[in-house]
Amino acid sequence: MSDHLIIIGAGMATGRAIEDLRSAGSDIKITLFNAEPRGNYNRIMLSPVLAGDKTYEEIVTHDDAWYAEHDVTCRFGEKVDAIDREAKTITAANGDVLSYDKLMFGTGSNPFMIPLPGHDLDGVIAYRDLEDTQKMMDLGPDNKCVVIGGGLLGLEAAAGMAARGVDVTVIHIMGHLMERQLDEAAGYLLRKALVDKGITVKCSANSKEILGENGKVRALLLDDGTELPCDLLVMAVGIRPNVKLAQDAGLAVGKGIHVDDQMVTSDPDILAVGECVEHNGAIFGLVAPLYDQAKVAAKTLLGEDATFVQKELSTKLKVTGCDLFSAGDFAEGEGREDIVFRDPARGVYRRLVIENNVIVGAVMYGDTADSNWFFGLIKDKTDIADMRETVIFGPAFQGGAAVDPLSAVAALPRDAEICGCNGICKGEIEDAIAAGSTDLVGIKATTKASASCGTCTGLVEQVLAVTLGDDFVIPAAATVCGCTDMTHEDVRRMIKSQKLTSMNAVWQECGWKTVDGCPTCRPALNFYLLADWPLEYKDDPQSRFINERKHANIQKDGTFSVVPRMWGGITTPDELRAIADAADKYMVPTVKVTGGQRIDLLGVKGEDLPGIWKDLNDAGMVSGYAYSKGLRTVKTCVGTDHCRFGTQDSTGLGIKLEKTLHGAWTPHKLKLGVSGCPRNCAEATCKDIGVICVDSGYQISIGGAAGMDVKETELLVQVPTEDEAILVIKAVSQLYREQAKYLDRIYKWMAKVGLDWIKEQIVDDLDNRAALVDRFELSQTIYRHDPWAEHVKKAETYQPLANLSLEAAE
Amino acid sequence: MTQWIDVAPLDDVPARGARMLKTAHGCVAVFRTADDEVFALDNTCPHKQGPLAEGIVHGKSVTCPLHNWVFSLETGMAQGQDVGQVATYPARVDAGRILIDAAQLTGRAVAAE
Ligand SMILES: Cc1cc2nc3c(=O)[nH]c(=O)nc-3n(C[C@H](O)[C@H](O)[C@H](O)COP(=O)(O)OP(=O)(O)OC[C@H]3O[C@@H](n4cnc5c(N)ncnc54)[C@H](O)[C@@H]3O)c2cc1C
Ligand code: SF4
Ligand code: SF4
Ligand code: FES
Repeated sequence: MSDHLIIIGAGMATGRAIEDLRSAGSDIKITLFNAEPRGNYNRIMLSPVLAGDKTYEEIVTHDDAWYAEHDVTCRFGEKVDAIDREAKTITAANGDVLSYDKLMFGTGSNPFMIPLPGHDLDGVIAYRDLEDTQKMMDLGPDNKCVVIGGGLLGLEAAAGMAARGVDVTVIHIMGHLMERQLDEAAGYLLRKALVDKGITVKCSANSKEILGENGKVRALLLDDGTELPCDLLVMAVGIRPNVKLAQDAGLAVGKGIHVDDQMVTSDPDILAVGECVEHNGAIFGLVAPLYDQAKVAAKTLLGEDATFVQKELSTKLKVTGCDLFSAGDFAEGEGREDIVFRDPARGVYRRLVIENNVIVGAVMYGDTADSNWFFGLIKDKTDIADMRETVIFGPAFQGGAAVDPLSAVAALPRDAEICGCNGICKGEIEDAIAAGSTDLVGIKATTKASASCGTCTGLVEQVLAVTLGDDFVIPAAATVCGCTDMTHEDVRRMIKSQKLTSMNAVWQECGWKTVDGCPTCRPALNFYLLADWPLEYKDDPQSRFINERKHANIQKDGTFSVVPRMWGGITTPDELRAIADAADKYMVPTVKVTGGQRIDLLGVKGEDLPGIWKDLNDAGMVSGYAYSKGLRTVKTCVGTDHCRFGTQDSTGLGIKLEKTLHGAWTPHKLKLGVSGCPRNCAEATCKDIGVICVDSGYQISIGGAAGMDVKETELLVQVPTEDEAILVIKAVSQLYREQAKYLDRIYKWMAKVGLDWIKEQIVDDLDNRAALVDRFELSQTIYRHDPWAEHVKKAETYQPLANLSLEAAE
Repeated sequence: MTQWIDVAPLDDVPARGARMLKTAHGCVAVFRTADDEVFALDNTCPHKQGPLAEGIVHGKSVTCPLHNWVFSLETGMAQGQDVGQVATYPARVDAGRILIDAAQLTGRAVAAE
């Protein structure tokens, strides 16, 4: 009589092992147990079943007839409960005891359930088997579902349900989707595609509690207090090898069941294959390596030599319209280089990671037709030195074309707004070109595009170039930096008109040529995004220069200066005492009065910053933003309070202005001055915005400077009341924030757009003035705060990461 | 001989950021890129001693906060027109922790004395 092989689990790995055994002619007696009440089906095709692209019957890989024909005794719907390795028997759920000669584990893995309060409510499921899939399919249209987990499984579940009309929200704890397989750029494109399918995606979101009603799930509560109502909650946050039975049987188990290169466990008569195993410290979650394991296990049972070797893996997502591919290792390791290719026109992103002329990793989005070719280069470790310049374009392009710098504008839809002032879309410009306006002057005359502030000129020229081809030559304009072919103005228009709300969105849609920008473009983009999308975009400290990142001015010896705000230049004896105490305590070498009527404590050590801030905070003082591209100071004279010439309360207005404007980020520094009469003791007429008080009201002038250039302000408007003066100043600050190029002060911006245009926006058009004020206030709800107090809370980040002095000295 | 020592959790250094490490022989900057690679370099810019840990990290480079010299995080070489180099030390991430080769740091001590 032949030996008896008992197999625990009828999954994808053991299914393949049985096939391999039988096709090699083995007549070993096989008994197959499976906890699921069915035989082997293609688990990975559950997603197409969920999406309605396939039926369950179509994904069954082994049906009853197959098992009969291949002489496999099936015990489906029956678990194996225990193993007695001494007696070489197993105990089935119904108590049957069967003896084996060889035993094979293929118990797969268990979905991990985050032990949130409420995780055991009815309607909280994982995504692993047909039962789970059925529950999702039973959810009718217009029901709500929350999926926790933005990895492969979670997104396939979300897309499948969305295709059935379910209202789906994906909650992901990391900053971008599928972070294990994709970099941020590809994660951005994926998210965009899912949002287009009507799925709500929330990244960097932490789940706190699952709320229920009568034992059934009702909503998911996030730790920011948001409640997301749902009829079903799917947790797809990862898997854990199913090792309980093996552990109880005393087999060597780590993360998974330990196996050697022959797939044999610590017991020579017991093998294991699939997701339940751990081989050389690795565990598995994709089928490709499991099939290799099955082959090796079958050979081992047949007494033949075979060795399991781990190989490079690649991932694709089975969601229609989300064409992505990732393979190999695109992080960690020295000596690596990136090649990036972005084609905004086709929504394509490709990135190769290269080490010693060999591709070690690849991420692709949008066009994955060449992915097998790239995967081949990775697996074969092909030397790509000869095709390095063009490899990114794929096999067809070897020796081929370069990227078209106009592709971003070519990709814009006809309804993309090009000229913000006059609301002119790309389509109208195209029509005007078709009607015979073939240069900028013609377009300005016929459509008014770029005829107002002029910042969209670059984009209009690009539309001309795209439409007219070689007949139009774009005048050379300075690009933001080497990372892009666009100018600052182009990028700002793109951010507004295409609603680009993240750094990755800008990099992709404007065709950035680097992975993550450079020190020239990153601070500019960070400002543009936060100025245009105060609610959607989150300020990125890593894209700021050190002064703004640490809220202090770095000095030439690496120490910092600390300047507390003194509203309108007014201080008190108590504040002065606190400043003096702080200067003593932190041994500040220099205390200086600044040109903006503040006190500067120079030479503070980086590590001491949180300490000195805390002391000054405790005395009621906040950061003076003396380091910022933002509101610096409002210099005032004493005005009517003390001066015999004063016409208005210039100090009071200065304080009000500073209190309302502080915290606002601007393209460059913003300095104000308020003088109580035309004698102008506060030097208001060489500030970015100056106010001269007169008997009949307030003269507001802009565009002064006293730096590398010296400029006198020009009159914007005279208004009768203090309230109106404040409104005008808020509006002009906002217009400057929305329109100017990063690092242009008001006078430079004014030279480009013209004072008349600014007057039209703020003086003539009162609705527009009010709208600008509203947008300014909206932004200030987020940015008008004291950074010192916040940074004091994370004081540890100002200390050295570690002190190795002792270790190194040994 | 390499002697990896655990200095801190990876999360203590922001992505596209850096933190400074004190050693008996000077400060070492630990950088983390967007892809969670880590690099360790002397913190001192060869130009005018700018603190590199305070620079902007982009790709696998850092730009000095004082006068914008750019250094490769991999080789420590100044890029472009500028000439200079800072010492680099082996660093890696393992199980979410940053490891630095202390043998190298000690090696420098011997060489310096
Ligand atoms: C929805 C979904 C989509 C996927 N998509 C992909 C993809 O696109 N590409 C890819 O490569 N991989 C994909 N995977 C992963 C892939 O399906 C798994 O890697 C593979 O199925 C694992 O095979 P296995 O044989 O190890 O385990 P399984 O296929 O899980 O089989 C294990 C079986 O053992 C049974 N069992 C457990 N304990 C016992 C016991 N004590 N007694 C009896 N029976 C027991 C279980 O009921 C189960 O039926 C996907 C997975 C899911 C859930
Ligand atoms: S500006 Fe006029 S009001 Fe102000 S201090 Fe000078 S003289 Fe007096
Ligand atoms: S004027 Fe020049 S030297 Fe003086 S503080 Fe300003 S930048 Fe420094
Ligand atoms: S000190 Fe680093 S660039 Fe000058």
